[in-house]
Amino acid sequence: MIVADRKSLQEILAMVQDNKKILIAGCKGCVTVCNVGGLKEVEILASSMKIARKKEGKDIDIDIQVLERQCDTEYVAGISEIVDDYEAVISLACGVGPQFLSEMYKDQIFYPGVNTTFFGGATQHGVWEERCAGCGTCAIHNFGGLCPIARCAKSLMNGPCGGSSNGICEVNKDTECIWDSIVRKKMEAGKLEDLLGVKGLKDWTTARDGGPRRSIREELVQGNI
Amino acid sequence: MSELKSGSNLEKVLTAGHFAFTGECGPPKGANVAHLKEKLSHLKGNVDAVNMTDNQTAVVRMSSMAGSALMIGEGLEPNFQMVCRDRNRLAIMSDILGAYALGIRNMLCLSGDHQTFGNHPEAKNVHDIDSMQLIALVKKMRDEGKFLNGDDIDVPPKMFIGAACNPFADPYEYRVYRLANKIEAGADFIQTQCIFNMDKFRDFMKKTVDMGLHEKCYILAGVTPMKNAGMANFMSKFVPGMDIPDSLIKRLKGVDKRDQSEEGIKFALEQVEEFKEMEGVAGVHMMAIEWEHMVPEIAERAGVLPRPVV
Amino acid sequence: MLNAIEDGADGVYVAGCLEGECHYIEGNLKAKRKVAYVKKTLSELGIEPERVEMYNLSSAQGARFAEIANEMSDKIRELGPTPIKKNHAA
Repeated sequence: MIVADRKSLQEILAMVQDNKKILIAGCKGCVTVCNVGGLKEVEILASSMKIARKKEGKDIDIDIQVLERQCDTEYVAGISEIVDDYEAVISLACGVGPQFLSEMYKDQIFYPGVNTTFFGGATQHGVWEERCAGCGTCAIHNFGGLCPIARCAKSLMNGPCGGSSNGICEVNKDTECIWDSIVRKKMEAGKLEDLLGVKGLKDWTTARDGGPRRSIREELVQGNI
Repeated sequence: MSELKSGSNLEKVLTAGHFAFTGECGPPKGANVAHLKEKLSHLKGNVDAVNMTDNQTAVVRMSSMAGSALMIGEGLEPNFQMVCRDRNRLAIMSDILGAYALGIRNMLCLSGDHQTFGNHPEAKNVHDIDSMQLIALVKKMRDEGKFLNGDDIDVPPKMFIGAACNPFADPYEYRVYRLANKIEAGADFIQTQCIFNMDKFRDFMKKTVDMGLHEKCYILAGVTPMKNAGMANFMSKFVPGMDIPDSLIKRLKGVDKRDQSEEGIKFALEQVEEFKEMEGVAGVHMMAIEWEHMVPEIAERAGVLPRPVV
Repeated sequence: MLNAIEDGADGVYVAGCLEGECHYIEGNLKAKRKVAYVKKTLSELGIEPERVEMYNLSSAQGARFAEIANEMSDKIRELGPTPIKKNHAA
């Protein structure tokens, strides 16, 4: 799922420093699963911001709302009655959320309360790691089910580079060298020959490099796009 | 390996069967041509070719292409280095053509140290293609006379293709296969990462010779003379891919601080002597970074002077 | 904890069982982590993190409970009233 980290309190407070009445909008999707933008986190942020304001001798009126998802116009439409009651809205959804909100409610200001980072999963409670870079041409089966595009710091197709040491990437001692894992997996399976030869060039047109993307399920589209 | 591919001096020296001796030079952190020329002056006549590094350790310096072109003007032969970290395939092909047009004939294909090591860590990571694909690319341009998309090249670049090899990185058992891959992709010569762990390197060369790789490609052993124990310690801890045995650090620490550089040079000279006789090793790549003025003395004491004129 | 500070409490303390003796097995450990998070948030807001504290004791330690209550009260008195304007009687 999409993983994000909450922006610092200072950054968020600065965004709304002139506002007296705001809404914090959470999301029950990915950000709830990675504990950064669900109901609990929305409440924590609201309380923290009120504490900060009171300390300055000022006040702030904060309402909270947690949408089913902020990446569906159907759910985003759900706050149409109340959205104009506020001077600004902080969305704790991933980067998609505040954009969908901005597109629907053109007269309102939506601030991102989180920094959206990567597609990943929880490797243990409280820890999420990147697994996918969204390159648009998945070929992990050529690498023993591991992705070098997302998990190699240099996205090598023919790794490992000379900086791989003890299974660790040269960039960070906490980062696994995925090529070390790919090679060892092939060696253990007796399939080293799969890694001989030069892997073909990556076609980056299906990745973000080719421009902003669109995915269409023809069978579901009603009317024109 | 009968007809010359590029006609470069390095290629001629190796093809004639001589023990090659190449050097290295880092370009200046600016457009300081005088400083570059001064560094190069120490290498002239003492080496067959000089590597001109490409934003090494991700620290911004004058481009390798410019440094290489200036080198030709000084009467030396460059080994133009190119990393995949900073440029996409368009810029890469374009630079190869430009380099050839400027008289450059040797090219080393590298991945490049990650930009987070350098002085501009916020930069975007390119890595459109990797070093293996780069080797294949240069070979395609040279031998087929075609760009990646199959279009014809108007005067193809005839480069002598080099690649790097780090026998000390992990997984160790795989390194010789990676070397085989690079040679298969088109590498004409290899320069290894600087060697300190001689036991491991001897073992690596045995595997390399067993696979017959030394017959398909010229392998040059990397040597870096240690200036002092502090340098050995630093490299061991902070430079990726280094394997520096404790015995070497101990040996350097064992002498007076003033004598450590001499001890470092002695070790390097012992290495060169062994490499001259080692099966599969076609030469030495001397990386006396920021110590270029020592190269004439080292070359003299190593008994590799005068360099052959082919 | 945050709501209490927000409403004007000068201090908040959480009492949990002795570590290893939690009736809910790990409740006291989870609470410890949450107290740490709130302390960090208060620091970021320029409020003394010592205003929120966690204590561990068993329900049989009546005397210790009184001791803790006094200790916490003394500490808060020393820190002074909360920098947050009170909305209503705490």
